[in-house]
Amino acid sequence: MMNEQKIPAISAEKFQFVQQDRTIHDERIKTKPIGYFKDAWLRFTRNKSAVVAFILILILVVFAIVVPIFSPYDVSFRSGYYQTLQPKNEWFAGSGFWDGGRKENVNDETYHVLRAIGRETGRDVIMKDYRTYEDANGITYHEVRVDSYFKVGFAYLNLTENEYLKLQDYQNEKQIQVAYPLAKTMSTDFLQGNAGANYWYKLKNEASTSTGAPVLDENREPIPNYQTTDNPNRAGYNSLRVSWDDGGEDGNTWLVYAQKNQSGYRVRVDYYEYFRYQYGRVPCFLFGTNAYGQDLLTCLAAGARLSFLLAISVSLINFLIGGIYGAIEGYYGGAVDMVMERISDILYDVPFMIVATLFQLHLASKVGVLVSLLFAFVLTGWVGMASRVRMQFYRFKGHEYVLAARTLGASDRRLIFKHIYPNSLGTIITGSVLAIPGVIFSESMLSYLHIINLETSSLTSIGTLLAGGQGYLSTYPHIIFFPALFISILMISFNLFGNGLRDAFNPSLRGAED
Amino acid sequence: MGKYIIKRILLMFLTLFIIMTMCFILVKLLPLPAIREMGKDVNLILARREKMGYNRPILVQYYLFLRNIVTDWDWGVGEQMYESLNVWSVMMQKLPYTILVNLYSILLAIPLGIGFGIYAALKKNKWQDHLISTLVMVFISVPSYVYAFLIQYFLCFKLGLFSLQLETLRNAGSLFSWKMFSSMLPAILSLSFGTIANFTRYTRAELSEVLTGDYMLLARTKGLTKAQAISRHALRNAMVVIVPMIMAEFIAILGGSLITENIFGIPGVGSLYITSINVRDYNFFMAMSIFYTFIGLASGIVNDISYGIIDPRIRMGSKK
Repeated sequence: MMNEQKIPAISAEKFQFVQQDRTIHDERIKTKPIGYFKDAWLRFTRNKSAVVAFILILILVVFAIVVPIFSPYDVSFRSGYYQTLQPKNEWFAGSGFWDGGRKENVNDETYHVLRAIGRETGRDVIMKDYRTYEDANGITYHEVRVDSYFKVGFAYLNLTENEYLKLQDYQNEKQIQVAYPLAKTMSTDFLQGNAGANYWYKLKNEASTSTGAPVLDENREPIPNYQTTDNPNRAGYNSLRVSWDDGGEDGNTWLVYAQKNQSGYRVRVDYYEYFRYQYGRVPCFLFGTNAYGQDLLTCLAAGARLSFLLAISVSLINFLIGGIYGAIEGYYGGAVDMVMERISDILYDVPFMIVATLFQLHLASKVGVLVSLLFAFVLTGWVGMASRVRMQFYRFKGHEYVLAARTLGASDRRLIFKHIYPNSLGTIITGSVLAIPGVIFSESMLSYLHIINLETSSLTSIGTLLAGGQGYLSTYPHIIFFPALFISILMISFNLFGNGLRDAFNPSLRGAED
Repeated sequence: MGKYIIKRILLMFLTLFIIMTMCFILVKLLPLPAIREMGKDVNLILARREKMGYNRPILVQYYLFLRNIVTDWDWGVGEQMYESLNVWSVMMQKLPYTILVNLYSILLAIPLGIGFGIYAALKKNKWQDHLISTLVMVFISVPSYVYAFLIQYFLCFKLGLFSLQLETLRNAGSLFSWKMFSSMLPAILSLSFGTIANFTRYTRAELSEVLTGDYMLLARTKGLTKAQAISRHALRNAMVVIVPMIMAEFIAILGGSLITENIFGIPGVGSLYITSINVRDYNFFMAMSIFYTFIGLASGIVNDISYGIIDPRIRMGSKK
């Protein structure tokens, strides 16, 4: 039944403003409107722990980006001499902390070997003598603090003629003694290998089984025992000599600094100075080195960078796939939802460990370890995101504003992306951020267990570093300490940050889970 | 309820079947591990592989695999490890270690976790609560292997309280002897930190929500002391969330923790899995994969169903 009312035409002049000549008390709202994100931001900044966590994350990210760029070493750097060095910071030199020293209990023979190294290089290997004691068997021990850098002492190196001349030029220019006189050790085994490089004194036992124990003179000092010659420039040596090498009493007894062999010259170098000559800097590793002689600081930063890259790309890809999948499920509902849910249900139930392993076995040789790991993370990772998005879509799609937009003729795509997505963005962002620590943890665990092998000459990961330090836990705990500390801080910060985000975007959930 | 449970279990087996199929096909697509050329038994191994149907189509192999499981409960034999030993019997040999370590850690975690949770909820927003909540945050976030390292370093090396490796069964006498227990302690402790923190968090969240309920006020008004009201009314309601979690955790302990077993050298199923990957023993890998998938599915179901058993208000399987 139609009920049309005839509206009589009213002429305009019959209308008049009610408040024509009265003051209007209502004011226009002058403050800026606070939108959803502004509101969330305000709430987030009020949460101090989340802000601190965010700053920590930023610091860690900057650490991961900057350190590999500015570090003089890279992941492929492996020192054959400087393995398991203690962390050392030059600012802390002599403080007994973070100075590259390590407390050790050494027997009398080792003690004198260490002292002898210090005597020849002029850098005390023994930083501190705590006490001397005898154990139950009457063997003398020394409790000392040993400088792990100076402890390395000398090395026999085979240099080509060119390198040999360069080294001499460097010595002449800088007036720094690098090459030291060759020792007169009897056993050729010592000259072949490196073990004898530190034995510049008379040995108690000259055989190759020697522990390096010196014969001591009346002042309990080792007795020098160098190779001598009557030719000061033997083997083309024409450079710095140690101070007391002045030709001897007869003016004809000079020390030998190099030995010519088939490939070039064999020299005995003070490795600390040689390192400086090679790399232009004194060896000083802030986090120490690991069992392969890698710089832990650089490796950790490189591993962290890898983890961040992987985690962020996984998070982004999951965000895309899960977002679209969940949107379709939630928006269309019904049979579409039903089928898609079953698929994601099954994927969700596949243990990640198995996926990672299978991908590793199948794809790693074809597309590389990292890419296959990325695939593994993505394959099951998006399911959580999809279900989150789906829930948000179920929540919003019945709202009046969506109906209104639909009535006005908005297309499905417009409804999804313009009207529903912005409202669910908070939840989605929180989910993406909270996924990052999970990825980092899984990656470190998988590489720790050697299920994936992220260790190549120029690549490393936190899990690999942890695994490498495991065997040295009792003797060199610093190798495992720094990666473990890093990942702990990272995990705590990400969780705090994620919780802060969740509270900020979704104040009604505050405290529900913490 | 019964119908719902049956439906869930059937669905679980369907899911398990699908995952198993995918897994089997993917594993069979891999090249067989190279035969170590020791002696002249290459032909023998090739013949055995032929006999075991390795050269037949994958779907036929899958049929044989399923048939063996269904008829004889035969999961194949080890090829690269535990050679020619039955996969199932090896697994059953390893399982007790995993279960024991995890069981002890949960038994330790339940009273501590719930206790801390109750305490924090009662002291809500006081310093005790803040302290506990902060610690919970830290303990949940820090990966379990970090505790393992800390415990190993401080308790095993520095203080020398525990032995580093697990006692052998022969040394310890039996699995349940004190010697075995004490050598398992480092692993138990490092596993329990995270679980304690988890229990604490949920207990606190649930209980502090329950404590604000009107019926708590009623309980106090009708004359119950605070302790009575909390233990009889609040805790029971809070348990609706906590108990399913604990139940699911009990199932999940079968899976164990790969990394903790690895660090403390526990000869459990976790290390079996890792070895099977490293030496490419596909029979073991297949069985372990199915095992882990099954545990994951089962703990999910237990979690869901126990809600309905504990709290009759929750109707299972009803359409909302």
